[in-house]
Amino acid sequence: MSDQLKQALANRILVLDGAMGTMIQRHKLDEAGYRGTRFADWPQDVKGNNDLLTLTQPDIIKDIHRQYYAAGADMVETNTFNSTRVSQADYGMEDLTYELNKEGACLARAVADEFSIREPDKPRFVVGTLGPTSRTASLSPDVNNPAFRNITFDELVENYTESTKGLIEGGADIIMIETIFDTLNAKAAIFAIQKVFNEMNRELPIMISGTITDASGRTLSGQTAEAFWYSVRHANPLSIGFNCALGAAELRQHIVSVSKIANVFVSAHPNAGLPNEMGEYDESPADMAGQLKEWAASGLLNIIGGCCGTEPSHIKAIAEAVADEKPRAIPEIDRHMRLAGLEPFEVIQQ
Amino acid sequence: MKTKEIKKSPIFINVGERTNVTGSAKFKKLILNGDFAEALDVARQQVEAGAQIIDVNMDEAMLDSEQAMVTFLNLIASEPDISRVPIMIDSSKWSVIEAGLKCVQGKAVVNSISMKEGVENFKKQATLIKNYGAAAVVMAFDEDGQADTRDRKVEICTKSYDILVNEVGFPPEDIIFDPNIFAVATGIEDHNNYGVDFIEATRIIKETLPFCHVSGGVSNVSFSFRGNNPVREAMHSVFLYHAITAGMDMGIVNAGLITVYSEIDEELRERVEDVILNRRADATDRLLDIAEKFRGEKGVQITEDLSWREKSVAERLSHSLVKGITAYIEEDTEEARKEYAQALEVIEGPLMDGMNRVGDLFGSGQMFLPQVVKSARVMKQSVAYLLPFIEAEKAKSGGISTKGKILMATVKGDVHDIGKNIVGVVLQCNNYEIVDLGVMVPYDKILKTAKEEKVDIIGLSGLITPSLEEMSQVASEMQRQDFTIPVMIGGATTSKVHTAVKIAPNYDHPVIHVLDASRAVGVASNLLSDTLKADYVAKVANEYQDVRDRHARKKSSKNRITIGECRANKFPIDWATYTPPKPSFLGVKSFDDYDLGKLVDCIDWTPFFRTWELAGTYPKILRDNVVGEIASNLFHDAEAMLKSIQDEKWLTARAVIGFWPAASVGDDVALYTDDNRTEILDKVPFLRQQIRKREGSYNMCLADYVAPQDSGKADYLGGFVVTTGIGIEEKLKEFQATFDDFNDILLKSLADRLAEAFAEHMHQQVRREYWGYAPDEALSNEELIRERYDGIRPAPGYPACPDHTTKPALFKLLDGTNNAGVTLTDSMAMLPTASVSGYYFSHPKSQYFGIGKIAEDQLEDYAKRRNMDLEEARRWLSSNII
Repeated sequence: MSDQLKQALANRILVLDGAMGTMIQRHKLDEAGYRGTRFADWPQDVKGNNDLLTLTQPDIIKDIHRQYYAAGADMVETNTFNSTRVSQADYGMEDLTYELNKEGACLARAVADEFSIREPDKPRFVVGTLGPTSRTASLSPDVNNPAFRNITFDELVENYTESTKGLIEGGADIIMIETIFDTLNAKAAIFAIQKVFNEMNRELPIMISGTITDASGRTLSGQTAEAFWYSVRHANPLSIGFNCALGAAELRQHIVSVSKIANVFVSAHPNAGLPNEMGEYDESPADMAGQLKEWAASGLLNIIGGCCGTEPSHIKAIAEAVADEKPRAIPEIDRHMRLAGLEPFEVIQQ
Repeated sequence: MKTKEIKKSPIFINVGERTNVTGSAKFKKLILNGDFAEALDVARQQVEAGAQIIDVNMDEAMLDSEQAMVTFLNLIASEPDISRVPIMIDSSKWSVIEAGLKCVQGKAVVNSISMKEGVENFKKQATLIKNYGAAAVVMAFDEDGQADTRDRKVEICTKSYDILVNEVGFPPEDIIFDPNIFAVATGIEDHNNYGVDFIEATRIIKETLPFCHVSGGVSNVSFSFRGNNPVREAMHSVFLYHAITAGMDMGIVNAGLITVYSEIDEELRERVEDVILNRRADATDRLLDIAEKFRGEKGVQITEDLSWREKSVAERLSHSLVKGITAYIEEDTEEARKEYAQALEVIEGPLMDGMNRVGDLFGSGQMFLPQVVKSARVMKQSVAYLLPFIEAEKAKSGGISTKGKILMATVKGDVHDIGKNIVGVVLQCNNYEIVDLGVMVPYDKILKTAKEEKVDIIGLSGLITPSLEEMSQVASEMQRQDFTIPVMIGGATTSKVHTAVKIAPNYDHPVIHVLDASRAVGVASNLLSDTLKADYVAKVANEYQDVRDRHARKKSSKNRITIGECRANKFPIDWATYTPPKPSFLGVKSFDDYDLGKLVDCIDWTPFFRTWELAGTYPKILRDNVVGEIASNLFHDAEAMLKSIQDEKWLTARAVIGFWPAASVGDDVALYTDDNRTEILDKVPFLRQQIRKREGSYNMCLADYVAPQDSGKADYLGGFVVTTGIGIEEKLKEFQATFDDFNDILLKSLADRLAEAFAEHMHQQVRREYWGYAPDEALSNEELIRERYDGIRPAPGYPACPDHTTKPALFKLLDGTNNAGVTLTDSMAMLPTASVSGYYFSHPKSQYFGIGKIAEDQLEDYAKRRNMDLEEARRWLSSNII
């Protein structure tokens, strides 16, 4: 871990950026806008492939990063949520995967450096994002054949290996596995990252952020928050946390759960509330920041940002709200064997 | 050796061993036969019996062990009842272990690794296990072989520990040593101390190697007493008792094959203890001497909780569906099939009930996705069993082969299809043919396929928010291409509101939101039914219009307009060309003891069945597949009671009606004492709709139906109170005295229907005779129910005039208490309850409507007009205020 990052985390709650998709939507790009000149003749529709904008509309992406840093974010996430081979295959763009990751990291790096030079007291960090992919390694897409999988662990490892290399080469400071709804996918990502670190002989801090999908309080693949942490703890991550699917109000209990048991930093980037009946996220910056200030005051947070529906105005409000709050102190956790199925299983020795 | 305090787990961790082909003949047979469903039941039973970790072993020469491990672990992942506990991946082959590690999302335990193939291999495997994120059982085994003595066990474990912790960086708390449990009492003298060696080694390992655990395969110790379970159980218990005291904290044990240490027969326990602890040279012989004595004793048998098997077949099917159990599904389905007249009824009855329960549990967060998928599978198996019977029944009846063809697609831009697949399965279960186009499907492909395949319904699914927009796009395109087939909308972010507001308006034909998979069948069957479709589509269209209205009202205050603007947009009636009819009398007229016989024919039976929670329209409901018989029986009872009501004069019907010269003054209707229209008798205040209307729609108010004061036309307003509840209390007391709830409810529900019938009948009399503007009207009862006549009779407290507090004035005008025997309670309810009161409007264009929400300005204006305290008005109208 870089000294700067270590020092920053010791002193304050760091702020992560908000949604990328929401900001891209504002530009109302059409098919031609997504294609740019380079992919004008691409045989498939590419509208909706937001990660492609890294290559075709780099100024838009840089401007979004810039807006978040300006709003007070310490870290921005690269525009690489879907930059895995399996996700890009939906657009026939699997061969662009490495480039998307590398360029995605490069864009964010350039903007981060602009700010870090101007404000050396507040160094800005680039978080290289690995998304969940559109496949699940522990759920069958075919109800008649529950043993079937449309992706294997090894395929995921290959996917994540390629993406991770690109992110590191592009200049990411941190690798984040995020929006994890199937822990086996995340375990494949961890395996891949460790492999890449080993091969490149360099290590970056890892952030891990799962997704509790709904009122069941479980990930899509059925794990509780505690079981999820026990299942990924071997990554020795910089932080553990949750993002997406829920708003701050619903997410709080799960952050409380990991905050108690994780001897690493805790991160959260909730949505701007739950989607309303029209599928829009409408929690205001003030509402969201108010809730997150309380989290911070309760000692739950080390890193905080926003997911779906959050914009620079949210990040600004959040940054201001937590500026004077103390970061969560990492608790002392007894050494015990901690196993997990869908539920945690702790072997306590006395 | 220095004695330290041994850290140990307060609870011995029991690893289930029956999903192990090397340890269970039954499990081996199931796996070899490929009967994975039964094999899963073995795993489930272990977890239910209390196994905290389950050991899975597929080491069998006849098997592709890697494949079997992957398949079984993947299957377990779909069974939340099993996969809630951690898995122990057990194999002597590294390739099988690694294949298994790639299938478990939780933190598992590897069983096992050791230094038997050298230190380098051991380090490599341990590093991989660490990176896969698992704990490991480490055998006391090196290149020289398995450790048998205490010292060798300790030596190998200590060396392994150093390598793991200091060289590999393996977390010490994730190390579980297995210092080898070997059989004792084998007749070979060298073996006699094996129990002691293990127990002593355990003590030393736990004292010297911090945070680690000790485990072992307990049943090995009793191997020489195979076939004598009582003795084996005693040996296991005694061995565990001492090993646990020494620090063993985990073991592979068949929980069913252990007796309680203190409950072992004293003689047996002593001799077993001699063997395990190697306390005397003749210990083995002495145990053999008495072993036969105990052979006959029944071993402890493990049983799963089968009490649910005692329940009714419908409940058992529901249990199997909710729990996802396939073991009994065929026998239960067969039993159900025999109970029902047709195989299809099993699906429509108990199976759908079970699926609805699953849907409800899922919706309320009490079940999660893998369980639902599993339930669907149970459903499917049951349906598969029934299909041949259904086909045979169809062949007999010559029916068509499927109920309809449904195209399903996750729309362009979205890749989530789990929900869609579930809906597909459920629909298939219900005999619909499914054309599944998969995910990311552009609208042109959806529509092209819909045409080619001649589908009956299009089902659109999506999880992410942009999919909502895409669905609207599909609907617009269907409109443009002149489609007429219905569309079903589903998926996590979809909602009834969104469907009604954003999607449905793009397409002139039905667009219906399906809340969850369990509702899909109901929607599809309604949409494809010749008889039900029209009603259903109309009902949903109305509902969605309400949703849109509500949404529009809620959406923004922009849509709220001032009461002044609303009045400017009143319902237009050209009074100059219209002459209101004059009633045959002015003032009031009362009716005592009205002939009930005249009312019976006017009864609207559909609401009667609804009261009894039987859904359907009369008379169709009497022949309904599901509730037809119950409905018919109830109808029969109702007819019998109606006869008694008339013959024995249980009830008396009374009524009063009245007409007064009237003119509208703003939103009030002024009533005059006589046709000179000089003296105002009373003013009836009404409310006006206060929502922004589309061009061509009006802000309705009942007062608009009465000629305005300045129109120069003489108009009138009528009023009525009718009741059929006089005398009911006496009869109800009789029923209550005999605890006859059925007749109590039946009489109340019939009296209510009679009162409604009386109101309908009296209104007809008014139109034909007393107001007399439709003397030749001849409508059937059905036409009456559908209100195919001129004029309306809105009731205070109902949507067009929601203020209940106008009732006392109406009652005063009619002297309803004396003339009809009806009184009002403080909360404006009528007694007897089987009563109806209201106003009569004669204008042919008058119609029913709902006021909806009103704004503060109208509330203030209304309170002032009524001379009522503002807060009191607010209280009475609270549900109508924004």
